This record gives sequence, C-alpha cells and structure tokens, in this order.
Amino acid sequence: MNRFYLPILTFALLTVVLAVGIRHSPDKGIIVSPLLNKPAPQFALPNLADPAQVVDSRAFKGRWYLLNVWGTWCVECRAEHAMLLKVRASGRVALIGLDWKDNDADAQAWLAQLGNPYEIVAVDRTGRAAIDWGVYGAPETFLVNPAGLVIYKHVGALDEATWSGEILPRLPAAAGPG
Amino acid sequence: MLPELGHFALILGLLLAGLQAFFGIAGPARGRDRWSAAVTAALAGQAVMVATAVGCLIACFVGNDFSVQYVAENSNSALPLFYRVTALWGAHEGSLLLWILLLGAWSVAVWFGSRRLPPRFSARVLGVLGLVSFGFLLFTLATSNPFLRLDPPAPDGRDLNPILQDPGLAIHPPILYTGYVGFAVAFAFACAAMLEGRLDQTWARWTRPWTTSAWAFLTCGIALGSFWAYYELGWGGFWFWDPVENASFMPWLVGTALVHSLAATDKRGLFKSWTLLLAILTFSLSMLGTFLVRSGVLVSVHSFAADPSRGIFILAFLVLMIGGSLALYAWRAPLLKSSAGFELGARESFLLFNNVLLVIAAATVFAGTLAPLISDSLGLGTVSVGPPYFNPTFMLSMLPLAALLCVGIHANWKRGRLADAQRTILFTLLAAAVLGCGVTFGVYTHGKVLTPVAATIGIWIILSSLVEPLYRLRRHLSLPRALLGMSIAHIGLGVAVLALTTVQSFTVERDVSLSLGESATVGGYTLRFDGVKPVEGPNFEGVGGTFTVSRGGRPVAVMVPQKRQFWVQHQVTSETAIRLDRGNNLLLALGEDLGAGRWSVRVQVRPLVSLVWLAALIMAIGAALAASDRRYRAARVSEPAAGAATEPAA
Repeated sequence: MNRFYLPILTFALLTVVLAVGIRHSPDKGIIVSPLLNKPAPQFALPNLADPAQVVDSRAFKGRWYLLNVWGTWCVECRAEHAMLLKVRASGRVALIGLDWKDNDADAQAWLAQLGNPYEIVAVDRTGRAAIDWGVYGAPETFLVNPAGLVIYKHVGALDEATWSGEILPRLPAAAGPG
Repeated sequence: MLPELGHFALILGLLLAGLQAFFGIAGPARGRDRWSAAVTAALAGQAVMVATAVGCLIACFVGNDFSVQYVAENSNSALPLFYRVTALWGAHEGSLLLWILLLGAWSVAVWFGSRRLPPRFSARVLGVLGLVSFGFLLFTLATSNPFLRLDPPAPDGRDLNPILQDPGLAIHPPILYTGYVGFAVAFAFACAAMLEGRLDQTWARWTRPWTTSAWAFLTCGIALGSFWAYYELGWGGFWFWDPVENASFMPWLVGTALVHSLAATDKRGLFKSWTLLLAILTFSLSMLGTFLVRSGVLVSVHSFAADPSRGIFILAFLVLMIGGSLALYAWRAPLLKSSAGFELGARESFLLFNNVLLVIAAATVFAGTLAPLISDSLGLGTVSVGPPYFNPTFMLSMLPLAALLCVGIHANWKRGRLADAQRTILFTLLAAAVLGCGVTFGVYTHGKVLTPVAATIGIWIILSSLVEPLYRLRRHLSLPRALLGMSIAHIGLGVAVLALTTVQSFTVERDVSLSLGESATVGGYTLRFDGVKPVEGPNFEGVGGTFTVSRGGRPVAVMVPQKRQFWVQHQVTSETAIRLDRGNNLLLALGEDLGAGRWSVRVQVRPLVSLVWLAALIMAIGAALAASDRRYRAARVSEPAAGAATEPAA
C-alpha cells in the first residue's frame, strides 16, 4: 500500500465515525456537556415575574426539573415554545426558565402573548449563570435529577422526538412536577 | 425588491462560479487556452454578483426591512447603525455570505497578483477557487438562503443576539474569516500543482505570501476572540480549550506548519508532497472551523432532525471538498519527488521537527475536541475533555518546539554545520537562562518547577531571533522584509511563551483581612481598605467594600467589590471587581464580615495577561511584513509559459 493513500483513508474513517455519530445520536452532536452527571451549577437570580424576588437553584433540589435557556431575541425559542407548553401540560416534570441576556419587559410580554410554560423564570441579564451552565446559544435544555445532577442536555429547539425519545425515558414513571 | 435582487444576484453568482470552476479546470486539462482565459471574466462576474447580494442584504438591514426573515431575526429598528451592518454576520446565513464574499475578494486578489504566473497554472488556481465558491454558494442557496421573505412581514425585528452587540465581537468574525478563507488560496495552489502534476520551488514562492497573509489574519482573529472572552465574559482567563476555540486553533497550528514547510519547499525544493498535504489539511480544518464557529451551525449540526438537509449537506460538502482533494493527493502526489538531501543538523531537519511537533499538537487538540463525539458515537459512553488534558499535552509538544527553534534558526540550509553557530547558541541560552531565572526568582518569588525552564525558553527565542537582524544591521547588510518579518514573528512567539508562563505560574491569590484604614500588599499591589458602604439594587441590598489600590506609590484604582444579599431568600452573592492595570489583571472579591469593622477579601493578581494578545499582534505584524517582501512580488515566470510538455501523461 502506498503512503499517499493514508490521508484519504484516515479521512474516510473519520467520515464514517461522524456519519455513525450523526445517525446514532442525533441529539448529542459535537458538544457534549461537560456537566453531564455533575452537579448542576447554582445560581441566585431575580425572578422574572417579580424582580424583587430571588430564584435560588438550591430550592429545586429533591425533584426532577428541566432548565430551559431562552430569550426573546432567540428565534428558535419561539419555535420550541409550543413544545414547552406541551411539556407543561403533560405535568411530568417542572420547567424552569432561564431568561438569558434579555429585556425583562420583552420577556414578560412574550410569556403573556405566547403563554407561560415555566413554573418560574430566573433572569440572567449579564449571562454569567448561562456561562456557568456552558450555554452556547439559546435554546438549550438541561434535565436535572433530584440529587441535583445534570442528566441530559439538549442543544437547540426542544421537539417531540427529544421529549419522548430522550427526556421521558430518563424520568421515573411516577415523577411529577411536585 | 431588494431581497429578490440579492437572491437573483446570488443565483447568478452560483452560475458564474460554476463557469469559473469549469473554465479554470477543464480549460488547461483540455489544452484550450481560450477557456482558460475566460476564467477571469467568470471570476469578475461572480465577485460582482456576490458583492451585489451582500450589498442588498446590508441595505435590507440598514433600511429595517423586516419582511426579510434573516433581518427580522437578527436586527431591530432600535439597533444602532453600526450593529445593523455587522448584524449581517450575526447568524449562520449571513456568515456564509460573508465567507463567500471574502473568498471572492481573495480570488480577485490572486487574479491581480498572479499575472506573472503561467496562464494555465493561474487558470487552474482560479478554477479551484471557483469550485470552492460554487460549493459554498450552492450550500447557501440550498439550505441557508438569507433572502427568504416573511409573510406577513414582522412589525419589528427580534434584535441581534446581545452577545454580539459589542464592538470587539462585531469585527472579530470578518478578521477570523479572512484568515480561514485565505487558506483557500494555498489550497487552490496545492490543487493546481497536483492537477498540473508539477511542483517546483517557484510554486512555493508564489504560494508563500498568500499563506503567510492568511496566517496573519487568523492570528489576529484568534487573539481578538480570546480578548473578547476575557473582558466580556470576565472570567479572568484567555483560553478555555472549548470546541469553538479549538476549531480556530487547529487550522492555525497546521497553518503554522504549512508556513514553515513552504519555506523548505521554496528554498530547497523539499517536502513537496508534505507541503501539499498541509495545504489541504489547513483549509479542511478552516472549513470545519467555519461550520463550528457559529453556535447556530452547532445547533444545526446537532439537530439533524430539525433540518436534515443542512446537516447532511455539510457532511456531504466536507466529504466532497476534503475527500476530493485527498483523492487528488493520493493520485498525484507520488509524481512529485523531492530529490535534494540534507544533513541532520541542517535547517531542513529543524523545519521537519517543527512540522512534526506542530502536527502532533494539532492532532492532540483534534483528538481532545472530537473524543467526546467519537466515544459517544461508538457507544463507549460520554467523556469530557478539558484543560487537564489539553494543557500538559500541548506543552509537551510546544516547549521542545520552542527550544528547537532557538537552535534551528542558526542552522544553515543543506549542511549540518551547527558548530559554526555553537557559540551564539550557547551564549543566547546562557543569557536567557540568567534572565529567565532572574524573572522567576527575582521579580516573582515563587513558581512551579517548569517556570524557570519555560521563562528561559521564552527569552531564548527572543534573543535568538534578534541575532541575525542585529548582525546584519551592524555589518550594514541588507535586511530583507522576509527575514525581518520572520524575526519579529518569532519574537512574538517568545513573548507569548513568556506571557503564558508568567500568567500560569505567577498568579497570586490570597485572602487577607483588613480593618478600616489598614493596607495589605499582594502581588506588588497595595490595597487600603476604606470601609464598607451600603449598596442597593432593584432586588437586593448589600455592601460594597472600597479599596484604594496602588502600586509602588502610584495610584491604580478605587475598586468596589460587593456582597449582595437578596431580599427574599437571604441569598448572598459576591460581585467581584476586576481591573486591568498595565497588563496585570486584578480581581477583588469581598469575603466575610469578621466583626469590629474587619472584613476578609480575596485578592487575585494575574501578571502580564495583556502580553498574550500583544504577542499575537507581534506575530501577525511579523507575518504581514514577511508576506510583503519584494522577493515574492518580483518573482518572474522562469519557465516556458504553459508548455505542453509539462502536462503529465496520466
């Protein structure tokens, strides 16, 4: 065999791995969160509904919740909103919003107009909390278990396939938002 | 009207790029010189059409045309004019358009710069560039059209991603992209040489200035990105080895190898097939980087279910471009024989080490970046790779590289008579060791085991790079820009090594407790505690400690780190105060109230952080200077123009 064929053979191998990766784990592309199975980062941020109140992430400990990072400037967030409302309606898991680098009034208007799927929304004006969570771009969704460990991360708009194929199977059968 | 015009211009651009590729590749292959000559007309048309499309999109942004989906998604009528223009590359679609525009600009520059080249060869170069333009235009039109209309139009835009509303980040993508896209020129030269089946030293001389310029832009782009991460994110760090950073760093490492391997090909006609491979790899990694840089693309790479056409197109496109050029390599590279030999101590062997080490470094970064994906796709579970992997593996290849540079820079071509330079090498090493240890043990009083070694190597690089320019100046010998540029770029590397060493080794962090009026000195900075005062926010109240910071009697700043207590749940958070002073990064965090007016405070001093970016700037300036050497511009066509005899039989 000729050494000049080595590069293309290596590349072919890499392509196969990439293709397999794409096919077998469509939701876990290139960026796997380093937070997986690690404690969820803590935050204490103003509450969107009443900025005088604080949303403390430690209060969520002891139950399953989904942390959804969104912003009114984010287009895909609008696309996933209907899905979030469905998640809320299902009552299977609590949905916590992290309003990222956004304007409070816009965010409140957005929820008033499109419906509010969140149990509570924390406002991350500076983006520091999102940095702690390793957020690349909105929307991103994290599943956190009662022990406070990040179990699953989804990048991009949440869809039916992710919800029923990835998130629901990870939830215990009886888990509820309470 | 404008969006349709832009859309139409883009389609025309696609067709013209197709013609450009056809004429440029088929013309020389079939020996039809009139086809080859038509390539420049096609390129001119293509570039004008793409520029028209970009102009239309900018006009839509400036005119707040929210009937265009891309504008509605990335702009807002209240957005300042500057950001309405830069919003062009605020998301995936416009970034691609910017990419294509820059590719057109580089192509036109190659056209003007290649008039002295054999016509068939330059036709092939422009043909390959046309093929790349064609691919990107097809990708844009098929999956990422920025001119799609909204019906009904949005009343107002959804605004530019707030992260991007920052002057640093607004200019960062075009500079980075200019670097990425610039490597397309080296790629095109490599493909043209392979199509021709012939590669000689003049080829390397033509290719070098383009590659070096692209490298300079990429260096600036990466440094700007790092600077932005530093002051915007306020983490106190400048490099986090995250996939997006790595995506820009890998083409930089391989591109650095390419710049050096081209030098050997140029001067000695060596490493021909290796240089070709590096040119292909550098551009391949640039394309990969382009697709990873925008988080929007990352999302689309991830969520194939959401938009399968785009993700599959990306993979298919990469397979065609990279696979195609590597197939060409496997077929044609064996024709290119490097005949010259060299001795072990000759400059060639040092350039070989340089290449091997740089490629190893790029491979370790590549492995670390893709390991999570590969492990996941093979069902081996999830792994995460971070600084504990990257820092040591990277240093393992970089420190030997830096040390070899100091020896190799004195080596002669061809002959391994290093003994001639022995005294210079030993003298610079000795001086560097004295200075390095002086810095380590004198200026800073502590450090890690590797600190004096790394500091010595950094200073050694600077001293070694100075030797030849100073020698030539003293003897009133000519100092060509290529040599001066190389020396400056190497000095930049030395500064970078030194800066990284000091930042990694000498960061001082201490907790001190102070009562009113008391002072403490940490890392050379004296801070006087001037008491606490209450602060109040919309949903919290707290205290801010006032610290007057000075250094050697010179006032630096008044810093007010805060401790905030939120009203409802009595959650206490700490708001740090950060200050950049003469290159040192100063961080204060207010600690606990120790009673009786005494407070604890955490002080962190990171020395010489700014030098890291300055080093990158020095490297880029050196590269730009080297690229502008007359040697490259004055290169004349030395072979019979487009001789049929040079066509390979295959």
